[in-house]
Amino acid sequence: MNVPAPTPEIQLRTSPHFHTSRSVSMIMRNVVYALLPICAFSVWLFGISALASLAAGAASCVLTEYVACRMAGRPASVGDFSAVITGLLLALTLPPGFPLWMTAVGGVIAVGLGKMLFGGLGFNVFNPALVGRAFLQAAFPIAITTYTPAMAVNRFVEFIPATLTLPFTRPPELAEWIQRVRVDAFSSATPLMMQKFDHVTTEVLPLFLGKVAGSAGETSAGLILLCGAYLIVRKFMDWRIPAAMLSSAFLVGAAFHLAAPAQYPNPLFVLFSGGLMLGAMFMATDMVASPVTPLGVWIYGALMGLITVVIRFLGGLPEGVMYAILLGNAVSPMIDNLTQPRIYGARKKEKAKA
Amino acid sequence: MGLRDLFGGKALRRGVHVPDCKDLTGRLPIRRLPFAPMLVVPLSQHAGAPAIPIVREGQEVVRGEPIAKANGFVSVPMHAPATGQIERIAPAPSAKGDLAPAIYLKPWPSASQEILYGAPQDIERMSPAEIIAAVQETGVVGLGGAAFPTHVKLKLPEGRKVDTVLVNGCECEPYLTTDHRVMVEQPKEVLHGARIVMKAIGAGRGIIGVEDNKMDAVEALRTALGAATDIAVEAVPAKYPQGAEKMLIRVLLGREVPSGGLPSDIGVGVFNVATLAQLGELLPRRQGLIERVVTITGPALAKPGNYLTALGTPLRWALEQAGCKEDLASVILGGPMMGPAAGSLEVPVTKGVTGIVAFGRHDVNGRPRRIYPCIRCGACVDACPLHLNPSRLGTLARKERYEEMETDFHLNDCFECGCCSYVCPSNIPLVQYFRVSKQMNRERKARERAGANA
Repeated sequence: MNVPAPTPEIQLRTSPHFHTSRSVSMIMRNVVYALLPICAFSVWLFGISALASLAAGAASCVLTEYVACRMAGRPASVGDFSAVITGLLLALTLPPGFPLWMTAVGGVIAVGLGKMLFGGLGFNVFNPALVGRAFLQAAFPIAITTYTPAMAVNRFVEFIPATLTLPFTRPPELAEWIQRVRVDAFSSATPLMMQKFDHVTTEVLPLFLGKVAGSAGETSAGLILLCGAYLIVRKFMDWRIPAAMLSSAFLVGAAFHLAAPAQYPNPLFVLFSGGLMLGAMFMATDMVASPVTPLGVWIYGALMGLITVVIRFLGGLPEGVMYAILLGNAVSPMIDNLTQPRIYGARKKEKAKA
Repeated sequence: MGLRDLFGGKALRRGVHVPDCKDLTGRLPIRRLPFAPMLVVPLSQHAGAPAIPIVREGQEVVRGEPIAKANGFVSVPMHAPATGQIERIAPAPSAKGDLAPAIYLKPWPSASQEILYGAPQDIERMSPAEIIAAVQETGVVGLGGAAFPTHVKLKLPEGRKVDTVLVNGCECEPYLTTDHRVMVEQPKEVLHGARIVMKAIGAGRGIIGVEDNKMDAVEALRTALGAATDIAVEAVPAKYPQGAEKMLIRVLLGREVPSGGLPSDIGVGVFNVATLAQLGELLPRRQGLIERVVTITGPALAKPGNYLTALGTPLRWALEQAGCKEDLASVILGGPMMGPAAGSLEVPVTKGVTGIVAFGRHDVNGRPRRIYPCIRCGACVDACPLHLNPSRLGTLARKERYEEMETDFHLNDCFECGCCSYVCPSNIPLVQYFRVSKQMNRERKARERAGANA
């Protein structure tokens, strides 16, 4: 019998010598899987324009990340799938007929300004997709509020005219086109717009199923819940953040509704309309930009739910999810600092000092 | 207590579930490992001052005879692990990776290897102080891995009282089955040892905590206990790192050891089952500690098992006896979560070695993993049994803000259990960062002291 390994050849590594099989790229890949049904649904709803928008978003984000890595002289980090997520999320939050060149600009801003400038994955302060969208909202306020009806005729063979706008030109007026392709009972106004400007509250069931106007991927609350549940069950997502954000939005919405039922919609409408579900499930949960402490995630989620409803009800905009999450991201480091958990065996003296 | 039992009862809330890999050896009875042709007995096998040799080169010694004496109170003597001849007293490779003084003992192949006992002593009639002195004479230290001299734990500072002795039979590290087999095969010795330390320390009750993946050990202990009520056996749900004494104390008693303090600060003494089994066996007949049970295991071995191994047995010999069948990639002393990798196969088995885990070149854990930046997923925060924030500590370590880690983020409370590194999806070697950071802080303080004295 022999033990052949000569002494210098056994590896010197430090404990622990075990490791889970989970990796960053595995987490990110699963988020992409969870987004795919939502993407597919949006293509079914809005046609090839949505598909082109998704492709433009993903391609511009991945390309930007690749170029930024090359410029910084670092190994390309495209393989971790996080840029794909950013691109898909960006496109899902935009109107389905949003001009492709604007989507691409949004992707460049999202990854370039929102992520790579901070140092890449792990160092961004804000959710990159929402940084891109915030830029687009400021730069193209008309285009980003121009919605088209779902289930339009010819949607699988004909682009929404605005989609193919040439770069740096103004998108065409859509009113006439919408009249032509619109199917009865499908409006081009989003449920939030109808609520805000006409005080018409959409029923909960259509919101849950999602055959309404809106941003490409935000319309079906039910599908988004299902896809989020997949990530939660597989433990790729912190369930506490959507739970906190949704319940806070529900409770604040209920408080408004009880105070003035005629003016404010019921809290279920608040929950299932607009981008709240997509934002709570897929953007507020961006690990990098959210707190890590057990108490911190609840505060963070609750804060975002509150801001969303306050903007919707009291602000000038019909939707407030984007700003709510960006504000939540901004205060997340502070929340982390203020909610450091009490450690095992902490001494009373220290508590008095803190 | 009431609230705690309501929310999940007696279970560790943080920590991680690791693959336990104990099936390789859990059911195998303890067998004796043959003597190696040369035993290397380091003078420092314990926490505290190294022992002082009392033999000279060329001297013949009998198995069990003292060969080195304790150097002060926080130190223990060494006894000859075999009958044979002292070859030399010289530096030998140690588990830490450096060379440390050791006694080289060449066992005589033809010797009967009978053990030299002292005069039997009756524990019943001994005072606590006498017991403590006798425990030091046996050379017994914490056999769970820490190797802290047991008699030092028994000697309480003036005015301090310990009401409960916890007997640690958790053995939460993957692969290890040393404590498991000791509990199954020597339950009477475990109980006897527990009663000895309870008497020495003045504790009225004892609780043996065993993880529920070892129910045969629980049964064996309960059977041995019979109708006695001074000691209770509790099965706790298996989870790493429950065997860490701070964790076990909270799980079983709901008390927390204050940061930077000792279990005796809150009236608890914690002892490992293998330590107590040795005490229960050795103390009555005044014998020294000359061997211990070691789980020699891992995917690279053909005959993994629980081996009663003479102290000073080199790893190379131990692995050969256990059927080392392929190229070794790494050899771990202790369990894979906290144990160091041996730097050399000439390193000997010492009192604190609970297991030897050997991985071959073809085993999965040989591959390097790519390190990503921290994505703040919080997995480490949810895993840390001390409720520290490893994510933040890791970020600070990268920025070399070591002092802040200590003052604001409790770096020194970390006992390097490895949970954070284990769960990290970015493969960040957090525990290694923390080891380096602690060392940096120690060096900085030493420099400051030197500066103040100059």
